[in-house]
Amino acid sequence: MYNYNEFDKEFIQNRVHQFRSQVERRVDGSLTEDEFKPLRLMNGLYLQLHAYMLRVAIPYGTLNSAKMRQLAFIADKWDKGYGHFTTRQNIQYNWPKLSDVPDMLQALADVDMHAIQTSGNCIRNVTADHFAGASADEVEDPRPTAELLRQWSTDHPEFAFLGRKFKFAVTGSENDRAVIKAHDVGLRVLRNDAGEIGYEVIVGGGLGRTPMIGKVLRTFLQREDLLPYCEAIMQVYNALGRRDNKYKARIKITVHENGIDKIRELVEDRFIIQRAAFGGYDQVLFADIKEAFASPDYINADTDGFDVSLKTDPAFRSFADTNLSSHKNPDYAIVSISIKKHGATPGDATSDQMRVMAELAEKYGHDELRISHEQNVILPHVHKSHIPAIYAELRKVGLATANIGLISDIIACPGMDYCALATARSIPIAQQIATRFEELKLEHDIGQLKIKISGCINACGHHHVGHIGILGLDRAGVESYQITLGGDGTQTATIGKSAGRGFSYTEIVPAIERLIYAYLDIRNDANETFLETYRRLGLEPFKIALYPETRIAAE
Amino acid sequence: MVRAYTPKVLTANRLIEGDVVYYGHNGEWVLSHDDALFLEDEVQANDLLASANKQAALLVGAYLADAALENGKPIPTHFREDFRTRGPSNYAHGKQAEV
Repeated sequence: MYNYNEFDKEFIQNRVHQFRSQVERRVDGSLTEDEFKPLRLMNGLYLQLHAYMLRVAIPYGTLNSAKMRQLAFIADKWDKGYGHFTTRQNIQYNWPKLSDVPDMLQALADVDMHAIQTSGNCIRNVTADHFAGASADEVEDPRPTAELLRQWSTDHPEFAFLGRKFKFAVTGSENDRAVIKAHDVGLRVLRNDAGEIGYEVIVGGGLGRTPMIGKVLRTFLQREDLLPYCEAIMQVYNALGRRDNKYKARIKITVHENGIDKIRELVEDRFIIQRAAFGGYDQVLFADIKEAFASPDYINADTDGFDVSLKTDPAFRSFADTNLSSHKNPDYAIVSISIKKHGATPGDATSDQMRVMAELAEKYGHDELRISHEQNVILPHVHKSHIPAIYAELRKVGLATANIGLISDIIACPGMDYCALATARSIPIAQQIATRFEELKLEHDIGQLKIKISGCINACGHHHVGHIGILGLDRAGVESYQITLGGDGTQTATIGKSAGRGFSYTEIVPAIERLIYAYLDIRNDANETFLETYRRLGLEPFKIALYPETRIAAE
Repeated sequence: MVRAYTPKVLTANRLIEGDVVYYGHNGEWVLSHDDALFLEDEVQANDLLASANKQAALLVGAYLADAALENGKPIPTHFREDFRTRGPSNYAHGKQAEV
């Protein structure tokens, strides 16, 4: 992985000193809260419902064991012994004291981490496919591109005060695991007919109150043109993007209001000017960055132990079926560690669990860990012979849940249990759905199903792209949950359709249960996924299951 | 149309700790909603809010939250405020486990 150079280190150290002094001035009364708020937000510090919250960047979700151990240390020393992995591959601490935050930032800086650009109207932490550099289906590791974008966008003066926040996501594979079509800019590394590597550029995607699937701005962009082209996009957005209304300020609205053709024309014009300003140093830098992301030195060993465990241990077999993915090295696998034990808070890991994952990465995983936007932790490079031992260690700390991609592997935003913006709770809904389907012992029969829950219209829980999306709202002082169906966050990205009126807090889990039983009844066979059944039959049969009173009335 | 005034409590977060606090009977800031001063008078409520907004070294984000009276104690009327009295509902930690 990329290691900070002196420039990077000095930059984040300076920021820690700066913020320490800003906190001192806030506490001694030299700064008012109105003056201090934008400064704390520039360093990832929010005031939430019950306490402050510190959001720490994990660029493109990549960590090593030293960083993971430091996250555990911070959780123990200054928080309540746990951290929350988010849908943007970050980690949040829910209980820091204002006076401790400079020390927390110093502890992060000690391992080349920070909370910069995790809030505010700037280019946010760049996200990427969590299987980057490991997946069998990849054209190229997207992380060098993400790192180049990180370096370019960090503290970029022209893009420090945009009309609204701006998010980049990068994938190196046709199979999109980074939800690039729901980002302000999505990049897909691909090879053209001439065999050259470049990018498909998607712009204007986003969820929130006006969900939009991104549109193709360029079908193929030469690699060396990436930064001038992105700079052109940002400049067009900065000039055209609305600042009169915060709800119309994202680039998705700019694209929607002006049309993709007009945006393309403006970007291409601007690009010619920007390209002339780039002297090629970015490509020298890119070559260095790429070297830092070279594949690990794979070990050569037989995989007999793995094969034997598969045959003899049904619990291990179940774990292997759901939590392993194909690695580009056939003797290796990608291990997904579920942070979704039935009934637990999606994305919450204790400091002990973090240390075990760090230990496993160091011992068996070429010292690499990833955080997925689905709020799980990945060991991207594991020789198959080590997987039984990893599984045994994970079991000891409640991390061996075999549910990746299943109904209990739910994305849920913090919701009203923590977030000041939320209009309803989301975590307890996820807990109850997971617990219920575990009791019913149905989740393996149901198969691949993505439920995503947001506790407000801002859609941090990606509900619009859930096969089943749940949106929690405040309806006249009562929590109300709306269901959307048929959403998809992959290369075939689709915004889910509303199924009808909302359900109360006590009605929502039984409603999901009716929906699932309807699916089990009407699917062609066990191989037809929920999404496939929905695409074949549409909303109607699911509506009947959700609202049985409608059917009775019709009869 | 001017909305009729409904009773309130005055609440904020502590500047350093971030804890939810309420304005109490003796002008102190208390952790328990039970001990909050029930504000039936709009003028008094607004005056206290204005004064809380001046206590920048102690508090952050002061506002008036709707409340009702039950058995002589103020109770929140909205679920958001109800959560703020205790902490997260996913499992018992925060204020409910510590105070």
